[in-house]
Amino acid sequence: MSRFLPLLVGAIVLAFWEVFVRVLQVPKFVLPPPSLIADALVANLPQLLDALRQTLEMTLAAFAASFIGGLALAILFVQSRLIERSLLPYAVVLQVTPIVAIAPLIVIWVGVDHVERAVFILATIVAFFPILSNASFGLRSVDPGLADLFRLYRATGWQRLWLLQLPSALPALLAGARISAGLALIGAVVAEFVAGSGEATGLAWRIVESGNRLEIPRMFAALLLLSLTGLALNAAIAGIEHRLLRRWHVSHGESS
Amino acid sequence: MLTLAGIRKNYPNGLAALDRVDLTIADGSFTSIVGPSGCGKSTLLRLIAGLASPSQGRIEGQPGTIGLVFQDPTLMPWADVESNVYLPLRLAGMARADAAPRIVEALALVGLADFAKAYPRALSGGMRMRVAIARAMVTQPRLLLMDEPFAALDEITRNKLNDDLLRLWRQQGFTAIFVTHSVFESVYLSTEIAVMTPRPGRILARHVVAGPAVRDGDFRISQVYLDTCRAVSHDLEQAMAVTA
Ligand SMILES: Nc1ncnc2c1ncn2[C@@H]1O[C@H](COP(=O)(O)OP(=O)(O)O)[C@@H](O)[C@H]1O
Ligand SMILES: [Mg+2]
Repeated sequence: MSRFLPLLVGAIVLAFWEVFVRVLQVPKFVLPPPSLIADALVANLPQLLDALRQTLEMTLAAFAASFIGGLALAILFVQSRLIERSLLPYAVVLQVTPIVAIAPLIVIWVGVDHVERAVFILATIVAFFPILSNASFGLRSVDPGLADLFRLYRATGWQRLWLLQLPSALPALLAGARISAGLALIGAVVAEFVAGSGEATGLAWRIVESGNRLEIPRMFAALLLLSLTGLALNAAIAGIEHRLLRRWHVSHGESS
Repeated sequence: MLTLAGIRKNYPNGLAALDRVDLTIADGSFTSIVGPSGCGKSTLLRLIAGLASPSQGRIEGQPGTIGLVFQDPTLMPWADVESNVYLPLRLAGMARADAAPRIVEALALVGLADFAKAYPRALSGGMRMRVAIARAMVTQPRLLLMDEPFAALDEITRNKLNDDLLRLWRQQGFTAIFVTHSVFESVYLSTEIAVMTPRPGRILARHVVAGPAVRDGDFRISQVYLDTCRAVSHDLEQAMAVTA
C-alpha cells in the first residue's frame, strides 16, 4: 500500500495544478497545465526521445569513464601513500572548481566543432570524485584481522587486491557509484547548457530552445524526461547494489 | 621444538610490550598462555606467526604451515562458509576442484558439513568460530595459534568447543598455543601452561598439567584439575603483584 502513496500524492498534485491553472487562467507560457504538457510530450516525442538518447549516451559514457578512472586511481592510491599525496590535491582542485567556470576553457581546447567532447569531459570531471573518494575509503576499510591472515598465508599483491580489498570496498564503491551516476547526468546537462550552441542536440539544448521560443509546455516535457531518466539511473544502480550485497551486507538485512 | 629466546618487542611509540621472554614449546604439546590483559600475549602470538618481528632475541623452529585463530572469527562476510575455508588453499594457488575434498574434510572436522553454502551472518557466534577453526585446519598446520578464540562465547558453547578442540588436537597431532585469560580453560585444555607478568610481559612461571590424555567432564572435578587451577591462579596473582 505505502508503495503507491507517492503515486497518489502525484495524482492529487497534478489534479490541483490543472484546476488551479484553469480557474485562475494562468498564461500557459508561465505555468502550463499538466494536460498541455502531456500534449507537448506526445507531439514532440520523436524529437525529445532523440535528445534524451543523446543526453543518456553522454551520461553513461561519462559515468563509465569516471567509474573506471576513479577506481583505477583509488587502487593506485592504496598501493602507495606517496602517489596519493602527490596526486590527491589535483583531484580535489578538479572537484572544487565549478564546471561552469572551466567549461569555456575545455570548449576551446577540444574545439568548438566538438561540443560533445567538451560535454563528455566536463560530465566526467563532475562524476569522477565520488568514485575516487569512496573507492579509496573502501579499499582502506579492510578488516585488520583478515589483512593479517592474508599476510600469514603469503598472499600476493593481486590476491590481496582481488580477494580482500575490492570486496571490502564494494559497499562504499556502490554508494559512490549511485552519487556519481546522478552527477554524471547533472554534469551532462549543465555542460550542454554552458558549452552547447546550435551544435548540441541533447535534452538541455531542447530546454534552452523551448525557453527561447516560449514553448513552455515542451520545456516541461523535456524536464519531465530528465527527471525520469535520473530516477531510472538511480533505480538501476540500486538494483545492482541489491544483487551484489543482499546476501552478506548489513545494509541488506533479512529483516529489512 | 619451538624456541623463543630473549624476546623483546618495542612498539614504534617506544612502548615495550615484551621483555626477555624465554619459552620452549615441545612438538605436539598443548601450551596455554595466561596473563593479565595488555601483557603482550597477542604480540607474542604475532611474533610466533611471523606477522611481526622481535626487536631483540630470536625465534626458532616455526613450522612452514601455521594456523591462526583470533578472538573474532574474522571471516570474509561476502563469501560463503566453503569459500572462507578455501581461502588459505586459494592463496597457496590450489584450484578449487583440487581443494574441494579438503574443504569438505575440514568442515566435517568442526561439524559444519551441512553449512558449506551458508553466509557468515546466518551463523551463530559458535558456528562462526568453528568456520574459523576449519579454515585454520584446512592447510593441516603443524602449529595452531589461538588468541582467546572462545572469550566471546557463552559457557556452554565454549565447553563444547573446548572438547572439540581437544579431539582435533589428538586426531591431528599439531602443536597448539592457546592464549586465554581463563585459568580454568587453560588447565582443562593444556599439557603446559605459561603465566605472564604485566607489561612488559615475560614468562613468570610454567606448569605441567598432569591430566589424563583424554579429558572430559570428570577431569573438571578431579583433584589434579583443582590443584593445578589453584597453583596457576596463585601465580597469576603473583604476576599481578609484580607491578602493583
Ligand atoms: N600496534 C601497536 N602499537 C603500539 N602499542 C601496541 C600495539 N599493539 C599492542 N600494543 C600495546 O602492547 C601491549 C600488549 O598488547 P597485546 O599483545 O595486545 O596484549 P594482550 O593480548 O596480552 O592483551 C598493550 O599495552 C598494547 O596497548
Ligand atoms: Mg590480546
